[in-house]
Amino acid sequence: MTDLATLLREKYEPVIGLEIHAQLNTRTKIFCPCPTDFGAEANANTCPVCLGLPGALPVLNQAVVEKAAFAAFALNLHINEVSVFSRKNYFYPDLPKGYQISQYDQPFSVAGYVEIPTSERDEGGRPIAWQLKRFRIQRMHIEEDAGKSLHEGLPGSSDASYVNLNRSGVPLVEIVSEPDFRSSWEAYDYVQYLRRALLYVDACDGNMEEGSLRCDANVSIRRRGSDRFGTRTETKNLNSFRFIQRAIDYEIARQIRILEEGGHIVQETRLWNEREARTYTMRSKEEAHDYRYFPEPDLPPLVLSAETIAALRARVPELPEPRRRRFAEAYGLSLEDSTLVTTTREAADFFEACVRASGNPRAAFNWIANELLARIPIEKLSLTTSPVSPEALAELLALVTDGTLSNKLAKEVFERMLSTGKPPKAIVQELGGGQVSDVGRIEAIAAEVIAANPKQTAEYRAGKTPLFAFFVGQVMKATKGKANPQVVNEVLKRLLEPPQ
Amino acid sequence: MNLLDFDIDRLHTALQARHCSAAEVCRAALATIEQRNPALNALLSILPDRALKQAADTDARLAAGAPLRPLEGVPIVIKDNQCLAGTRTTCASQMLANYMATYTATAVARLEAAGAVIVGKANLDEFAMGSSNENSAFGPVRHPLDPNRVPGGSSGGSAAAVAAGMCLAATGSDTGGSIRQPAAFCGVVGVKPTYGRVSRYGLVAFGSSLDQIGPLTRTVRDAARMLRVMAGYDEHDATSSLHAVPDYLAELSGDADTDLRGWRIGVAQEAFGAGLDPAVELAVRQALKTFEALGATLVEVSLPRLGYAIADYYIIATAEASANLARFDGVRYGYRAPDVTTVHDLYALSREQGFGPEVKRRILLGTYALSSGYYDAYYLKAQKVRTLLRRDFDRAFEQCDVLVTPTAPTPAFKLGEKTDDPLQMYLSDIYTVTLNLAGVPGMSLPCGKSGEGLPIGLQIVAPAFEESRMFRAGWALEHALLQ
Ligand SMILES: [Zn+2]
Repeated sequence: MTDLATLLREKYEPVIGLEIHAQLNTRTKIFCPCPTDFGAEANANTCPVCLGLPGALPVLNQAVVEKAAFAAFALNLHINEVSVFSRKNYFYPDLPKGYQISQYDQPFSVAGYVEIPTSERDEGGRPIAWQLKRFRIQRMHIEEDAGKSLHEGLPGSSDASYVNLNRSGVPLVEIVSEPDFRSSWEAYDYVQYLRRALLYVDACDGNMEEGSLRCDANVSIRRRGSDRFGTRTETKNLNSFRFIQRAIDYEIARQIRILEEGGHIVQETRLWNEREARTYTMRSKEEAHDYRYFPEPDLPPLVLSAETIAALRARVPELPEPRRRRFAEAYGLSLEDSTLVTTTREAADFFEACVRASGNPRAAFNWIANELLARIPIEKLSLTTSPVSPEALAELLALVTDGTLSNKLAKEVFERMLSTGKPPKAIVQELGGGQVSDVGRIEAIAAEVIAANPKQTAEYRAGKTPLFAFFVGQVMKATKGKANPQVVNEVLKRLLEPPQ
Repeated sequence: MNLLDFDIDRLHTALQARHCSAAEVCRAALATIEQRNPALNALLSILPDRALKQAADTDARLAAGAPLRPLEGVPIVIKDNQCLAGTRTTCASQMLANYMATYTATAVARLEAAGAVIVGKANLDEFAMGSSNENSAFGPVRHPLDPNRVPGGSSGGSAAAVAAGMCLAATGSDTGGSIRQPAAFCGVVGVKPTYGRVSRYGLVAFGSSLDQIGPLTRTVRDAARMLRVMAGYDEHDATSSLHAVPDYLAELSGDADTDLRGWRIGVAQEAFGAGLDPAVELAVRQALKTFEALGATLVEVSLPRLGYAIADYYIIATAEASANLARFDGVRYGYRAPDVTTVHDLYALSREQGFGPEVKRRILLGTYALSSGYYDAYYLKAQKVRTLLRRDFDRAFEQCDVLVTPTAPTPAFKLGEKTDDPLQMYLSDIYTVTLNLAGVPGMSLPCGKSGEGLPIGLQIVAPAFEESRMFRAGWALEHALLQ
């Protein structure tokens, strides 16, 4: 039997679409004033509205509209001037009203895209070749979250389930992509970027462990060259980047195996089980709900004037991919390097401030990437949290450029900047001055060293060239390491030349 | 003291003059309740302690020289589908038989803040679904004038309580006529305000796009006073209107206000068609003559799609109800079937046992109308018809200031007379449902009696947010009929 990689290359093409639920990071819920904090005592963050008590009514939180608008801009979506909330009807113990308020045929925003670098990965997970691709986004609508059912780990769990409604009414957007992904890594890169973009516009905290970002994947397989879609399955419960990628790969392999064995794909919803690293049937097409959507009579249509939309748009910061491209072009950074420094908006701000202060993008990048990020994770790097300000770092870079500090000395100064918070010049003073680059002074010291070591001098001059390092070491020792190594090399070479 | 001798104006005159105290009034109401409620079954909860405390507060205020609030010391009854914190709110359903409300409906809170004394919670058709009050899980309400007849529904308990002198005013809710039809049957005044005029927060929803809370009272002035207190924007209800609430009473005082010269009263022939009881037609036509005598001109208008209203209503109202009643699932509150072992059984049996037959019928109808494959043919089509009905009213109001129709095709019918024929029962709402679909306000007020001495109601319809016109015309008629 042909192996999967060959089948994928020659015979089959996966078609993948993603539905992502992102929690909007408002302070209060979408239809009531309850707080959205994660981790509160069970059912503490509730009121008649989010408990679905008789007679309670939803009122739309305007902060949700703003955050949703920012999310839409981050994904180049068109915001509809009129969108309509609908009831999605189904019974579930953690759905207090028996319906979820969502949007259906008139969603908040439509027709977006992202154009981002993506790459397949080798066995070790390393990117093979980056290329820019455009992934279209069909729509993004606003909805409320349900509560959480707890079946395990509580007293009485053996014969009862519990419901925590703290999440009930937490605002979400559902972002539905077009079926534009052709591999799990494309999906992976898309979700990574989507998270980054939502964080840039401060619409979502991106915390996957707490469920702020959840992903369902639609996967189908078709013959290469075909323009028709195969039967698809939907895989739910993908709450980490790794799960998304692995579950899609699992599903691709499963479907190809079925097709190769002459079988048919069954349209169904499947559930990813991380422990067993496989998907399971959750419900078939026949068991699918009829959600009986109809317009929510308790909420008037959401109307946003063109002026309001424009005013919101004006508040959107530069998005991660445009910013990455600008950094790459203006500062000569590679794709990987520009991606790294634009990981978060705060890190990009830090980098750019350092570039502005130093005028030296390459050195700024190297110092941030190699030294600063060795000590602080990039997610935490910002103008306010960095132990070293971009200006101080720029000052240090200037001292290296003008020769005051060798790289080795600079690292020492950097250490002290971190521990003391003092500016680099003050630390250089404390260390008894910077690097010694004065040729005359180094010549004098080198001459002393040569005079004091006649045996080694003779041997060197007789051709035992590896002894050169010995002389460098001696000069460095005499200058307590502060001699400019380049000057030392030059001077020693000159003075040690065998007499002609 | 007998509350039947009073309306709010007279009560306030008496309180102001210290001819009586609020406590005496409250005790009189409680005495009437004690005497008549066992037979009438108009109230599901009686709140003597709470009411007497409120009345004592009023007396203390008055003793301290405070001015009368708009409803100071007025004993009222709240329909039991409106939440009052700390009391049972049953919706006349086994599903909520022991449900204690944790918060108070906005309209109810406004009544209390205006000094009203809540003496009880009124019986109704289960979840406000019915036209006779026979659908209550806690037994039917009897007509105060004839125990073999229905008081109308679904606000039958409210109407009967006002008519029997258990209170001076009551709240009802009106989704397709549930305030106006029982008001007509019981001979009291009932108002369905413009959609959005009164907050629905705390009203247990039936048909969300149709429901309105409104007053039932002994006089038009009292209804205007009650509505003025309840109406107005509420930040808890996104469908409540920002429209300013006029002082409805301002034009209901002097003799000049009974002068309707220059008024055009619209009469739609479609509202006098087949099925209309001759006694009702006679009384309404008499009232139209009275309007003419007051100076108004009768104008013939047309509501060509009135015939579609009932069908349209029963699709939209039941569709919304099917979702609104989904929250009653036995999980968090309300009735839970005993001895269930699966979630599915928890839902199925709790709802099977908790809901009555009419509620189940409507949930099924509504679920069907929204189902995949049927949505376009039913729900979507019904919404289009609704738009057309609204246009019929817009067009009619280009030619007249208010419209006049019968409130119900017949006077109060007998218990059991229509229970076997839901369609016949639904037809008793023919003149009222159209207003809910169009969102416009309507008021029923007594205009005569049948040969058997049963009250007959007349409906005055006004354009949206023009309740003032309805009150003015109604007050003038009421005045003239008293002469
Ligand atoms: Zn809440």
